[in-house]
Amino acid sequence: MSRLGKYTRRAFLGLGVAAAGGLAVGYYFYQKPYANPLDAKKAEGETPFNPYVMIDRDNTITIITPRAEMGQGVHTTLAALVAEELEVSLDQVVVEHGPSSSAYFNSAMLEEATPFPFYDESVLAELARGSMKVVSKFLGLNMTGGSSSATDGFVKMREAGYAAKFVLLKAAARHFGTSESNLTLANGTITDKASGKSATYGDLAQEAASISPPTEMKLKKAADWKILGKSQNRVELRDKVTGGRIFGIDVQLPDMAYGTVRMAPRNGVTLKSYDKTAALAVPGVKDIVEIRTLSGDGLGIIATNTWAAFKGAEALEIEWDDPFSLQNTDQMWSALENALSQEPAFELGGTGSDAEVFSSIPESEAISAQYRVPFLAHATMEPMNATAQIDGDTVRIWTGTQAPGLVQSAIARHFEMDSADVDVTTTRLGGGFGRRLEVDFSLYAAVLAKATAPHPIKVTWTREEDTQHDTYRPMALGDFKGQVTSEGTLKTFDMHVASPSIIASVMPRTFPGISPAGPDNTVLDGAFNQPLDVENIRCQAHLTDLQVPIGFWRSVGNSVNGFFHESFMDEAAHKAGKDPLEFRLTHLKRDEFLPAREILKKVAEMSGWGTPLPASKGRGIAHVLSFGTWTAQVIQVDVTDDTVIIEEVWAAADPGIVLDPRMFKDQIMSGINFGLSQALGQEITWADGQIEQANFDTFDAMRMYQAPKITIELLENSPRMGGAGEPGTPPSTPALANAIFAATGKRIREMPLSKHIDFA
Amino acid sequence: MFSKISLTVNGQKQEIEADPEMPLLWALRDLLDVKGPKFGCGIAACGACTVMINGEAVRSCSLPVGEIQGEITTIEGISQGNELHAVQEAWMKHSVPQCGYCQSGQIMAAVALLEENPAPSDEDINDAMTNLCRCGTYPKIKAAIKDAAQTLGA
Repeated sequence: MSRLGKYTRRAFLGLGVAAAGGLAVGYYFYQKPYANPLDAKKAEGETPFNPYVMIDRDNTITIITPRAEMGQGVHTTLAALVAEELEVSLDQVVVEHGPSSSAYFNSAMLEEATPFPFYDESVLAELARGSMKVVSKFLGLNMTGGSSSATDGFVKMREAGYAAKFVLLKAAARHFGTSESNLTLANGTITDKASGKSATYGDLAQEAASISPPTEMKLKKAADWKILGKSQNRVELRDKVTGGRIFGIDVQLPDMAYGTVRMAPRNGVTLKSYDKTAALAVPGVKDIVEIRTLSGDGLGIIATNTWAAFKGAEALEIEWDDPFSLQNTDQMWSALENALSQEPAFELGGTGSDAEVFSSIPESEAISAQYRVPFLAHATMEPMNATAQIDGDTVRIWTGTQAPGLVQSAIARHFEMDSADVDVTTTRLGGGFGRRLEVDFSLYAAVLAKATAPHPIKVTWTREEDTQHDTYRPMALGDFKGQVTSEGTLKTFDMHVASPSIIASVMPRTFPGISPAGPDNTVLDGAFNQPLDVENIRCQAHLTDLQVPIGFWRSVGNSVNGFFHESFMDEAAHKAGKDPLEFRLTHLKRDEFLPAREILKKVAEMSGWGTPLPASKGRGIAHVLSFGTWTAQVIQVDVTDDTVIIEEVWAAADPGIVLDPRMFKDQIMSGINFGLSQALGQEITWADGQIEQANFDTFDAMRMYQAPKITIELLENSPRMGGAGEPGTPPSTPALANAIFAATGKRIREMPLSKHIDFA
Repeated sequence: MFSKISLTVNGQKQEIEADPEMPLLWALRDLLDVKGPKFGCGIAACGACTVMINGEAVRSCSLPVGEIQGEITTIEGISQGNELHAVQEAWMKHSVPQCGYCQSGQIMAAVALLEENPAPSDEDINDAMTNLCRCGTYPKIKAAIKDAAQTLGA
């Protein structure tokens, strides 16, 4: 039976329904643990040891990896953390996402939301990070994002493996009537050295579960690791080369209906009137239902197959009530320009220098530049979809989500029910990039399921619907100024970013009633928190609402400010008459910036930085610290006949600890190509209240013939662990723009770069 | 309501009742429960839906099911029981997939390419492999195709 089939069976058996009590294990960060959600899930013969480990009588060892597998390899790396301590190999375990439960809260994800740079280890910064852990636990934020899964799981998942091994060894000692020192343990089997007899974990599981878990965790030293630190095959690899039924869109249930949606052009636009006659005349279309939710308004189409639903959606005639004043992209740029001229909403980081310092830069030493980035869609390969079923008082959802807990709460809120009665089965995700942190696709499916109850319905969006109903990476404007002294030093750096606030957009649709507290760091991430020795730094956010739903897009604010900050550093280096690498190194003198210096030197060595190139070629360099990982890149381009070929990329990254080198490098590679895709032509624009792009013909991404050769090296100098999924993206665009400048002398300050130069 | 349409999918004769205008992709996925070909765009722009008809790679999202002539092979049809196709083996060896959603289409495009051109150059691969991958696994796809070409040619 396929893995998805198993999920489905278990879901019907009550997977995900949280129960009280359970086997408390002492490895939580906080005094009172959540109940073990596996107690409700277990089948006959299965023993849950803690929320992450379950062992069956037949020695099937199940590891729960409660984060969304969207390509980043998180199921493999999280399972490896448990397996390392449990002394089992990855090919002998079953790895499952598991139920939605607050027990699986992500304690690391919000750490990035503190207003302190990663390298700041002051008491205040640590206190803020600590309080974010408490907030995460309080909200039960079972989410995947912020490149935080491995950091979050690093201790607790190893402890889960250790705790299970601890009681299994005790059970084995009882079983053989000997002491633990007479036992050996390998591959899920414990052997009594004296008698030579052995017992599997499965044989011992039920006995072991009655033994108190350890109070002290004696985790292995890194030097003793057998699995961690080494490249592992993805646990779902075979499914992914055989067309496996592992994605939300592959869910198939008995008596299932099929549907799609036609939503209002943006959240806030409401349904005025519609004519469904033509839609209902499409063979296979059964019903049209109204959708009115916190995520958006529109119509749902219920049909006997997906294609009929698509045709029905096309045939609908709908009139909308559009209350918005900003109808096209030019108006939105004007709004950002206006915001820039207003007082800032807040500032972060900075040196606290007097305002006068920033307004009294001598003209000969002044440098300034304005940068622009557009709205961007996530464009995951798998369009948004979810399957829903209303079964008595229970709503069941099957979907690829980065936030099953938010799906539960959003649906519970909509139907005014208890979120414990919303059961979410998380499938694998055909791309996430932050898009699947949203609840809209699950919520709309639940609304349609109300009309098909008790039968389930799978609701699949068209690509056009997906592109035009995203929560976009915000468009933003950066006004950057500086002072470069005659000695070639950046003495003053004044950063102003005009942008809408992502948090202000997300909160009303996700946590209505909770007002966002404090500044929205995402507006300035990648600018205020970069390693940089400059005498006077100021970093201010100028907020304005562009009336467009925005959200978390791979690397979030770093994708914006990485481009601004690192383009500006390149411009400042040229103003100073210095080599861009040397210029950076001279502004990275502080001890704690050692990881930045080392990766810059490494990437310079890898790329042959400074060696001569033919006239048509150029190299650009950039460095961004994001999500705890220091990442430097050099890009080499060839520009012949005004056409850019991105020839080669070298990257060096330092996440402190590398748990799986190949998986980590694959993420950096992916982040680079995802980032470069923007430059090649991606933008979402508005005209007459509608998005102008709809499918991959108008919102495309990098293709094979454009893909550069990529070489990556990893260093481990950083004192704390960083993430993998996002840090590859931010340096890619400035490194490319800087390379084009090096090759042509043309400075492009606006994304997509393709607006100003052709790409092959 | 609709007349019957006969298809041969992975060597098996199938009969469906469908609007002849329905794209092959949806006939496979929704009517025949063949889930290997994935839906990505519906306009033949991304290739996630790639299958082979008489050995040629085609984008099933844009082919009306009523017009299909020939034998359809989906990714489910290229392996022999537990024994994977050399292209699939190469994909595993190079750990190509990330999210994996585009990969059945990529693999089908690669299988078709290697059947036509057993030793493709970089340029041949660039020309033939036009499928979209949002995870940006292109360098690994290229390496895996070359590896598979060697295996198949050996």
